Amino acid sequence: MSGKSQEVEALLGQKYRHGFVTDIESDSLPPGLDESVVAAISRKKREPQFLLDWRLQAFRHWQTMREPSWARVHYKPIDYQDISYYSAPRAPADAPQSIDDVDPKLLATYAKLGIPLHERARLAGVAVDAVFDSVSVATTFKDKLAKAGVIFCSFSEAVREHPQLIERYLGSVVPAGDNFFAALNSAVFSDGSFVYVPAGVRCPMELSTYFRINAAKTGQFERTLIIAAEGASVSYLEGCTAPMRDENQLHAAVVELVALDDARIKYSTVQNWYPGDERGVGGIFNFVTKRGECRGRNSKISWTQVETGSAITWKYPSCVLRGENSVGEFYSVAVANNYQQADTGTKMIHLGRNTRSTIVSKGISAGHAANTYRGLVKILPSAAGARNFTQCDSLLMGSRCAAHTFPYMEVRNPSATVEHEASTSKIGEDQLFYCLQRGISAEDAVNMIVSGFCKTVFKELPMEFAVEAQNLLCVSLEGAVG
Amino acid sequence: MSGKPLLKITDLRARVAGKSILNGVDLEVGAGEVHAIMGPNGSGKSTLAQVLAGREDYEVTGGEVIFDGRDLLALRPEERARGGLFLGFQYPVEIPGVNNVYLLKAALNAKRKAAGEPQVDAYEFLALIKQKMKFMDISESFLTRGVNEGFSGGEKKRNEILQMLMLEPKLALLDETDSGLDIDALKVVAHGVNSLRDGNRSIVLITHYQRLLDYIAPDQVHVFCGGRILKSGDKNLALELERRGYDWLQAGQVA
Repeated sequence: MSGKSQEVEALLGQKYRHGFVTDIESDSLPPGLDESVVAAISRKKREPQFLLDWRLQAFRHWQTMREPSWARVHYKPIDYQDISYYSAPRAPADAPQSIDDVDPKLLATYAKLGIPLHERARLAGVAVDAVFDSVSVATTFKDKLAKAGVIFCSFSEAVREHPQLIERYLGSVVPAGDNFFAALNSAVFSDGSFVYVPAGVRCPMELSTYFRINAAKTGQFERTLIIAAEGASVSYLEGCTAPMRDENQLHAAVVELVALDDARIKYSTVQNWYPGDERGVGGIFNFVTKRGECRGRNSKISWTQVETGSAITWKYPSCVLRGENSVGEFYSVAVANNYQQADTGTKMIHLGRNTRSTIVSKGISAGHAANTYRGLVKILPSAAGARNFTQCDSLLMGSRCAAHTFPYMEVRNPSATVEHEASTSKIGEDQLFYCLQRGISAEDAVNMIVSGFCKTVFKELPMEFAVEAQNLLCVSLEGAVG
Repeated sequence: MSGKPLLKITDLRARVAGKSILNGVDLEVGAGEVHAIMGPNGSGKSTLAQVLAGREDYEVTGGEVIFDGRDLLALRPEERARGGLFLGFQYPVEIPGVNNVYLLKAALNAKRKAAGEPQVDAYEFLALIKQKMKFMDISESFLTRGVNEGFSGGEKKRNEILQMLMLEPKLALLDETDSGLDIDALKVVAHGVNSLRDGNRSIVLITHYQRLLDYIAPDQVHVFCGGRILKSGDKNLALELERRGYDWLQAGQVA
C-alpha cells in the first residue's frame, strides 16, 4: 500500500490547525518554584489566609513526593524550576466586566479557534467561561444562570465571592497531597472554573469552558470544582486546544466533582492539545487528576472524554461511589497517533450499597503511538450488591503502534458483580478493502470504521459536541492508514 | 459474443508472499453474459476475484486486464468499484457501529460523484432500499444494524446481493455466494442475481457446486485448476464435473 500511503499522507499531512501565538503582554512570574512563589501567586490573587495556608501545605507535601513512574509513558525529566507558575494576560482595565471589555486580540484568538464568543455561544445557548492562560477573561450568560441560582464563575472569583463554599469543598475529593501532580496543582493553581448548582435546580444550559495554553514556557495549573447539591443536575463541557510550540509544556489540572443526594453531574471533555509533530517533537504533557464523588444517595457522575491531543496523557477520571445506589460512568475515546503516548483510564471505588459503575473505553493507536488503558474497579466490604461492567476495546492502525490494557479489580464483597470484556482489533485490512470495493475512498473508509468503533462513547456526548468530536477524530487520524 | 468483451483477461499472473497463485489466466466475458468458474479448493478462483477487485496483498507479475475499455490493473480498488466492478465477498466482514444503510449510501454517492451525478436523495434512497430488501427477503431491522454485525452466514450473503442490486454494477464477481446457504436462501440469492440480468450486465459466479447453476443458467462454465483455466464449456460441463469430480481433468492434463 506504499503508493497509496504516500498519496494519502501528502494529501492529508495537515499541520495542527490551531497553531498560532497571540501577541499579548504577559504579567508573569519568572521561572522557579519555592514558598515565596506560592505566596506571590496567592498575593496576586488577593486570596484569604486559609487558601494560602492550604497552598503552602500542599507545596511542602509536594516537596516530599516523587514524580510517579508507573505509567507507560516516557519523557525527559521535567525541570520544575524552569517553569513560570503565573502568567495573566494584561487587559486595559483591571479585570474585564463584560465581553466588550475583553482584549480584542484575545477575542480574535477565539475566533481563530472557531469559538466566537459573541454569536456562537449565544446562539448555541452555551455559557462560556473562557480561560486564557491562567485568568478567566470573559463569562457570558451569567444573568440567566444567576436567575436559576446557579453559580458559574472563575475559580478566583469564587474565592472572592463564595469563600465559604471553596473552604468547604476544595480538596474534599482530591486532597492536596493526593498525588505528585495534584499536590503541585494545589500549591500553584492559577485559575479555573467553579460551578455550584443549588438543591433542586436543573442547570438551564450546558456549561462550557475552553482552555488554552498560550505563553511560552508557562505551565498551566487549572482547578475546577463543581458541586451539585441535593436533587440538582448539571452538564459541563470542557474543550481544549493549544497553539503550536516546540518546547514541551506541562499541564497539571485538577477537577473535583461533588454530587449530593439525587444529584447528577455529567462532565464531557474534548481534548485537542498540541500532540507534537510527526517526529514526536513538542507537544503538551498532560498530567491531570479528575475525580468525582457521589457523596449522596442515588447520585450519579458521568465522565465522557474524547482525547486526541497532547504528547503525553496521564489521566484517570474517577468516581468515588459513597452514597447508596449511586452510579458512576466513564466513557472514553483515546486516540494516539505519531509519537503520542496515552496512559488513561478510570477508577471506580465502590463504598456504598448497590452502587453501580460502567466503564467503556475505546483506545485507538496509529503511527508509532502507544495507548494504555489502566483501570481500577475496587469494591469495598461495605458495598453490598455493587455492580460493575467494563468494556475495553483497542483498535490498531498500522503495525508500529501499540495498545496495552491493565484492568485492576479488587472485590471485597462477595455479593458484588463485576464483568469485564476486552478486545483488540487491527483496523481491518479486510474492513478497509470491503469499503474500497464499494467505491468508498480510503479516507472516508477509515473515518467510517473509527466512528463506528467509537459510537457507544459518542452517543454519550451532548449533540453539538459529538459532531465536533467526530470531526476532530477524523483530523487526528488523517493519513494514519496506508 | 458480439462486439468487444466487457472483461478481457490475458495471461494474468499473480503471486502472494512469493508463491505463484495465478499462472496465466485467459478469460473473456461479454456484456450480458453469465460465466461460472468452478474448480477445486486452492485452485486460485478466489484469488482471481481479489486480484480483479484490486486487493493489494496480491502482486500482479504479468498479464493484462481490460475492463469496459480501461486498463483495470492501473486503477485503485475504489476506482474499479466506481467504474462498475462489484465483488460479492466469500466472507463479508463485519464493521461494528457502521450502519448498513450509511455504508450503502456512501458507496452509491461515491459512485455517483465519480460519474458526475448528483448525490442520492435520502427519501428516494430509503424507498429504493426498502423495495430491494423486500425482494431479498431481508427484515426491516437491517436498516438499523451495523454492517454485517451479528448477521448469520445467510444474512451476510443476502446483504452482498442487496448491495449489488443497489449499486447496479456492470460486472459482478460473486465469490462463493452460494456456499453455506440452505436451499431457500439459495433461491432468494439466485432470484436477486437473475434480476440483475438485463442483457448488459455481466456476472461471474465462482462456485464449488453445480446446484447454484440450477437456478442461474450460465452461458459458459470454466474449470479453474493450478491457477489458470483448464477447460471451458457450456452448462453440461458443470453437470459433468458434478458427476465425475475434477480428477479426470487434472489427470488428462498430465497425460
